[in-house]
Amino acid sequence: MTRTTAELMAFAEDLYYDLDFKSVKRWKVKTGGHAIGFMPVYAPREIVHAAGAMPVGIVGAGDWLEVIRGDAYYQSYLCHIPRSTIDMAESGRLDFLEGMLFPSTCDVIRNLSGMWQIVKPDMYTRYVDVPQNFTDGVGGQFWAHELRTLAQELGERTGTEVTDERLRASIALFNENRRAVCDLYSLRRDEPARAPTSEVYLMVRAGLVMDVEDHTALIREYITAARNITPPELDNARVIVVGAFCEQPPIGLIKSIERSGCFVVDDDLILISRWFTDNAAETGDPIEALALAFVHDSVPTAVMYSAKAGRGKAVVERVRVARAEGVIFAAPSFCTPALLDQPMLVAELDREGIPYTAFKFAENAGQFQPIREQTGTFADTMKLWSVA
Amino acid sequence: MKCFVGIDLGSTTSKAVVLDSDGEILGRGITNSRSNYEMASAIARTEAYVTTRFTLFERDLAERLCDQPEQERGALSSALQRAFRLQQYLMQLESLERTTEDLLDTRRYAPRRAVVRPRLRDIFGRLQDEAAALFAAGAKRRSDFFRDIAGSAYQAAAEDFADPQDAPFGLLLALYDKAILEVENEQLELGFQANIGPALERVIAEAEPAIADACRAAAESAANAELDEVRAVGTGYGRARLPFPRDQIRSEILCHGLGAHAMFPNTRTVLDIGGQDTKAIQVDDAGIVTSFQMNDRCAAGCGRYLGYIADEMNLGLHELGPLAQKAERKVRISSTCTVFAGAELRERLALGERREDILGGLHRAIVLRAMSLLARSGGVDDEFTFTGGVANNAAAVDALRDLVGENYGERQINISPDSIYTGALGAAIFALRDVQREAMKSEESMEAVA
Amino acid sequence: MTNIPPPPMPGTKPILDPKSVVKDRSMEFQKELIGSYYDRLARSPETGEKTVATFVPGNLAELIQCFGLVPILPEINALQSGMRKQSGHYITEAERMGHSEDVCTYVKCDIGMFHEGNVGPTGAVLPTPDHLLLSYTGCFTFMKWFELLREEYGCPSTMLQVPYQARGEITPEMKAYVVKQLKTEVIPALEKLSGVKFDIDLLREKLTLSARAEDDLVAVLEAAKARPSPIDAYFGGVYYIGPIFTAFRGTQEGCDYYRVLREEVEERVRQRRGPTTPEGEMTDERFRLVVEGPPNWTNFREFWKMFYDEGAVVVASTYTKVGGLYDRGFRHDPSDPLGSLAEYCLGCYTNLSLPKRVELISDYVEEYGADGFLINSVKSCASFSAGQLLILREVEKRTGRAGGFIESDLVDPRYFSGANIKNRIESYLQMVEQKRAAGATA
Repeated sequence: MTRTTAELMAFAEDLYYDLDFKSVKRWKVKTGGHAIGFMPVYAPREIVHAAGAMPVGIVGAGDWLEVIRGDAYYQSYLCHIPRSTIDMAESGRLDFLEGMLFPSTCDVIRNLSGMWQIVKPDMYTRYVDVPQNFTDGVGGQFWAHELRTLAQELGERTGTEVTDERLRASIALFNENRRAVCDLYSLRRDEPARAPTSEVYLMVRAGLVMDVEDHTALIREYITAARNITPPELDNARVIVVGAFCEQPPIGLIKSIERSGCFVVDDDLILISRWFTDNAAETGDPIEALALAFVHDSVPTAVMYSAKAGRGKAVVERVRVARAEGVIFAAPSFCTPALLDQPMLVAELDREGIPYTAFKFAENAGQFQPIREQTGTFADTMKLWSVA
Repeated sequence: MKCFVGIDLGSTTSKAVVLDSDGEILGRGITNSRSNYEMASAIARTEAYVTTRFTLFERDLAERLCDQPEQERGALSSALQRAFRLQQYLMQLESLERTTEDLLDTRRYAPRRAVVRPRLRDIFGRLQDEAAALFAAGAKRRSDFFRDIAGSAYQAAAEDFADPQDAPFGLLLALYDKAILEVENEQLELGFQANIGPALERVIAEAEPAIADACRAAAESAANAELDEVRAVGTGYGRARLPFPRDQIRSEILCHGLGAHAMFPNTRTVLDIGGQDTKAIQVDDAGIVTSFQMNDRCAAGCGRYLGYIADEMNLGLHELGPLAQKAERKVRISSTCTVFAGAELRERLALGERREDILGGLHRAIVLRAMSLLARSGGVDDEFTFTGGVANNAAAVDALRDLVGENYGERQINISPDSIYTGALGAAIFALRDVQREAMKSEESMEAVA
Repeated sequence: MTNIPPPPMPGTKPILDPKSVVKDRSMEFQKELIGSYYDRLARSPETGEKTVATFVPGNLAELIQCFGLVPILPEINALQSGMRKQSGHYITEAERMGHSEDVCTYVKCDIGMFHEGNVGPTGAVLPTPDHLLLSYTGCFTFMKWFELLREEYGCPSTMLQVPYQARGEITPEMKAYVVKQLKTEVIPALEKLSGVKFDIDLLREKLTLSARAEDDLVAVLEAAKARPSPIDAYFGGVYYIGPIFTAFRGTQEGCDYYRVLREEVEERVRQRRGPTTPEGEMTDERFRLVVEGPPNWTNFREFWKMFYDEGAVVVASTYTKVGGLYDRGFRHDPSDPLGSLAEYCLGCYTNLSLPKRVELISDYVEEYGADGFLINSVKSCASFSAGQLLILREVEKRTGRAGGFIESDLVDPRYFSGANIKNRIESYLQMVEQKRAAGATA
């Protein structure tokens, strides 16, 4: 039974538009497992998994939920993802979750963790305070303790103790999943016409609401199917899209960028799917393994402190690796980490003579025409440049 | 007769309400707001006293002509009121003509003066001839404000009498625009006493002598009734500019809450969508505000937004609602930002969306913003009273009804045809209550002394 | 109802006594202190004193002093620029350079000021820092701010991560983590910068002075429980916290200032005098309020006037706790020097969880006998603002007292709409009044 990319896309699209999380609910019924939600950017999914729960990515409600209650919680100058998230909580859409994890990403998500305690007093809520100190015995040790506490609390909640053995197995599964996602990213980088980002994104995103092994299989299946298609011949500009690591752009926006003449060959979307640049150790103390993987091998992103100057160097490196011709900064409106980071990245791109363009979006944005024009012009300019 | 007055200086209109000592509404007045707030408030107040005296006239006439059918008396009264409005109109028209003539005498018009003057006379001659028809029974007027009625009549006449060479349309219109500003800020005698005489003569000219006498006597008694303004309270956007002592100024939130309570005593939640702002107010069973929320600093989602949309689509403001009601599938609009309204609209139209569907979506988007404010203020309780200019827009009301139903269940939604006077009514009640409270206090202190 | 006598209008008693516009001794003292600090800073290139940029919430003032270093406080510079009407220009400059209109205006004001010559509030050019000491309690923007400054200044930086009190408590692990960073990162960096060996006994001495000043500050803030309140704990409060939140915690001058201030305030309580305002002493206290959120700096006076014109006095505020929640019992402790520095950092107001903030504000409303509470929601500061609408509802629910909500910004003059804010404050106060009247007759 092999499915075509179109069939796989139909499957992933169903998951994408399903704000009732039916796939997770079905999984719970089938396995008797629990479901623990987590917000962007990083959460230790391996521990959730080892506690017998599905880690469920909660990344807002896109542009297909009319937010009313959520707006009552937030002023106009704050981003959109917490509105739709709390709206979903208030309307009972997230009641299938036994718990919710809030990683330390920014002040908005941080405060949401406290709001959750008030709005959902019966739900297990934990703020996941990731380290910003990357020394093993300092930040690493603190983080290992955080992870241990989380493992213990989750185990108590789910009734499945997070043993070393279980956790090592989970680490192996997520390592495997990450390899699959990275393979998919490599395929897109090398043959972007075969695996357009509007598809890659939905494939990767499906992992937020699927069992990890099923998701790994899905990604592998998609890679195989994509290798079998005859890709359209497109003379597109190669770009990387930076800044959308938390609130996600609507799929229409991603399609708009592609239709305007761009191949997106690297991005920040669903960053958790490839957070570690190397595998976490599958032997030894698994908590230590996760803690050290975090302090040593986290992808550089705006929400993580960089101990040295030259923040922009990482983006230049990404451009090089992806063989991109330019950078599109697509940050959510009012996203403090992304927007404060941007000038540093821009400065480095300027120094290197790498072209870029920038716009802001909201997950519920309905207007793509101006963006399509902007990125289209950007793509045309880059093509002219490369000819000259 | 003791009177208690509430004045609401809004961003687009100024309103006044007169109450008697029992809290009964005697009169209401409205005018368009203008840069001179004091003038706007004076005119609204004069208008409210005019209608007050008409109320007294009707009461008096009812006694004098108690054997006549009520319908008959009503017809008399409304004929008199139309004649009265006509009289006011003519007086303002005269002032307008005088002002344009004066403007023409200034140096900048010297080169064209000789040619333009006869045109102006033609225009004003036509305006005077047409005046009576404007106030005839059953006549429809776009607005009750002099600047609008005279403006459209003038414009139509100017189009006919303009002459591209010597008296171009633009010049004639510029004269009007300048003159109307002066006329609006001029002290004109628009009150009852000054204008009822000629109006009365016009109405009773053909009436039976007995009826004519009764009308004359009732009008006289109404004109001479002593209206003793005990207290006035001001509210609204421009309240700080009213020449009132501080304690006679009340926030429009409180006035709206109390006014809505007076109109619909079971009101618990009030939504007011005005030109500049949106307010969500919760009141208790006595009309006392328990919490409120106003829109953000920007006017997104307010009445003004609809104004922009109307301009962008080249439609009248009142045409938007009916068109939006014809929507088959409402387009999802994400931005209610007035700045982006035009751009979003053009994009939608360019994408081939139907005008009706876009408008349907826009109305829903505005109401969505209001729903968020309502949620912030504490939700929608039964009964729910909707006020402000947007409450006159049927498509907005439909959207509100839907969204309230979806989010809060069955709610009694009240919309008064007089909802524009809600704030002024609340202010007038405050005036009355303040005086009553002070009287009680002084009685108490007298008792304490005794 | 006949002949109503000319009513003795309620509230015709004057709210302010304009004759009493005099500067208190503490005000002069405070001005001198802050002036001397800026002088020292401006002269540091001549004197050779090394400077270290750091933030107010969770600042390590005593530790910095142990190494003879002078702190540069970018937030204070930004708010001073705001009060001197310079911030608008600086912010525009930063935006022209590519900084987003959506982000914190303190950051943009600071960066704009640097690019426009780095002139401080006293008119003297400020030095660029020799080191960035990033101790960021309760605000992620701080982290990005210093990354940005590091690109500008090219100087080294040290990070002190302070874990968040997500469940409303400081765990031993949190404290240990901060202490460990102090030992392994912060102290070695400051030793290297200054060439001075760390002396823990010197730190103990300074912490002793800190605790003394903290006692007096708490006495000042809690004096607002008196009726009438002798102080305004928000608009006046920001002056009172100035020295202890900046360079003078752990110094003798700081101690002296708080002693003088405390004596003054206690005297006002004895004389039953109201707070000082720019237009004289408040003689009629009509509303007692608790305020949550930072003030607006560009229109500080205008904003304050909206309160005192109505006879509204702020009896407690959360903003005056961003540099330490001393009134809840915390004191710097010479017997546990690094541990108490860690606890200090962990305990600042912006590091509290949302339920804890609700609890604190509710307690203030009760303890200070407030008629209500008002939230000034500031666009720049998500750490404060995100969730304030829920705080509003929860505190109303808990206290039964009316909550008000206004919006402004720290130092962006474009985001201060005077008429709008005044309208909301007036409406709010009239609602409180009406509720009170209804309560009295019921």
